[in-house]
Amino acid sequence: MSDMNQQMSAKYKNNFLKEIEEQAEMGEWVKMCMQCGVCSGSCPTNFHPGWEHPPQELFMMIRAGKRDEVLDSQSMWMCVSCYNCYVRCPRKVPITHIMHGIAEYAYRIGRAPKNQPTLHLSQTFWNNATKTGRVNEVQLTQSLYFKDGIMDGIKKAMAMQDVALGLVKAGRLNVMEAIGGGHKCKDIKGIHAMLAKAKELENQRKGRAA
Amino acid sequence: MAKKEYAFYPGCSSQKGASASNYLVSVDSMCKTLDIKMTEIPDWNCCGASISYAEAGELPRLAMNARNFALSEQHLPGQDIVATCAACWLGSRESKERLEHNNTLMDDTNKALKEAGLNLKVIPEVRHMVEVLIEDLGYAELASHVKKPLEGMKIAGYVGCQTNRPFGIQGESFENPMYLDKLIESVGAQATKFDQKVTCCGGALAFSEPDKAQAQIKDIIEAAYDSGAEMLVTPCPLCQANTEVYQGQINKKYGTKFQLPVLYYSQLMVLAYGGSAKDAGLNGQVIRARRLEEFAGK
Repeated sequence: MSDMNQQMSAKYKNNFLKEIEEQAEMGEWVKMCMQCGVCSGSCPTNFHPGWEHPPQELFMMIRAGKRDEVLDSQSMWMCVSCYNCYVRCPRKVPITHIMHGIAEYAYRIGRAPKNQPTLHLSQTFWNNATKTGRVNEVQLTQSLYFKDGIMDGIKKAMAMQDVALGLVKAGRLNVMEAIGGGHKCKDIKGIHAMLAKAKELENQRKGRAA
Repeated sequence: MAKKEYAFYPGCSSQKGASASNYLVSVDSMCKTLDIKMTEIPDWNCCGASISYAEAGELPRLAMNARNFALSEQHLPGQDIVATCAACWLGSRESKERLEHNNTLMDDTNKALKEAGLNLKVIPEVRHMVEVLIEDLGYAELASHVKKPLEGMKIAGYVGCQTNRPFGIQGESFENPMYLDKLIESVGAQATKFDQKVTCCGGALAFSEPDKAQAQIKDIIEAAYDSGAEMLVTPCPLCQANTEVYQGQINKKYGTKFQLPVLYYSQLMVLAYGGSAKDAGLNGQVIRARRLEEFAGK
């Protein structure tokens, strides 16, 4: 993965803005930011720790070529996908998608922060959903709790047992899903072939080795 | 023949025994009363939700949504797709928009779809259930079916994010949408002045960053109580789950005494239309809605 980082860094030399424009989803919009800061003031996570750089600051850092600082940042991983910045931006910059795009790109080239919990959630969710075509909520929750080992998982599960019991009692947690029950798509094979093709095409288009 | 027909995209959380199964139960009874026929898209798959952005990348997500479009057009040609889940609706609409505006993405998506034996030519309209209620039926029609108005009940309408932004309901503002308040009033209840109606519940980050999400949820529940509400109502399965199931944890952490029932708009409608507690899926509440249970029993 670090090879990919070096490869991309060499390809774009010192033009990090161009790298983001071509590689990150909706990255071509970064240059439209006029630094008004409405996005930062609209973000519901902006008073929490971990939020080093608000969106407009990230955009300026990209233009200033601060490649390491941007790609290694936790900031874009704080996005809750609420689209508040997106609808308020006076330049109609699709900020939510750019945050997702920068985060995805950092991950793709091996630059995402180690043990980033939202990255782990994203991986777990997508793998869970695409395994059978539909989300298995019980297995999703299990893999999230047990990501840091069995002891930590038991501790987390114990802390959450009231929540889980409440859901079981309300008929909203299907324990059969733990052993592979629950709903799934019929054409799982077709879905997997389709996704493999989509991934291949996307890598081709972005000039990334598969 | 039913008055209205749609291709139904119920979404992962709606399945029997899943986190929003009570939503589906109430939508089924509501549609029966309103003579709306919803035919499930055969073999529909997950939309990817927002949170899959990092692992999935763009084209695989588009392909997943395109598969639903293709299946819908193949089996239910000409019908609008209706989603009950905010994330399903957003994921599908976003995909539709991108595919219709970008030929390269459309071509690549069709190459991927071919692997699943499908082809996409026309993308159906993608709508949220509340759009169908408001735009195709209208508040007056919705009110005309009320047999038992929810008189005297004070309810905070929690719209949340993804049924409101970035697409939203036509004619509504992002900052202060009124449609949920109007739905509450069309069944005879009182919508309180609730200043956190479009605040984010933390979404998927309730899993990965629980402290941050729970801080947001606390503000939402507190504001609902401050507005004089005795329950919260929402159109989104994740808003519903997040604001309901973490109240106990928030009470432990902050010393609050929250015990606020969180319902779906469709549950209120079923009860006002004379349905039973079971028809409305009230047995699916983690925090029991006692007042509504009594109301349904009368």
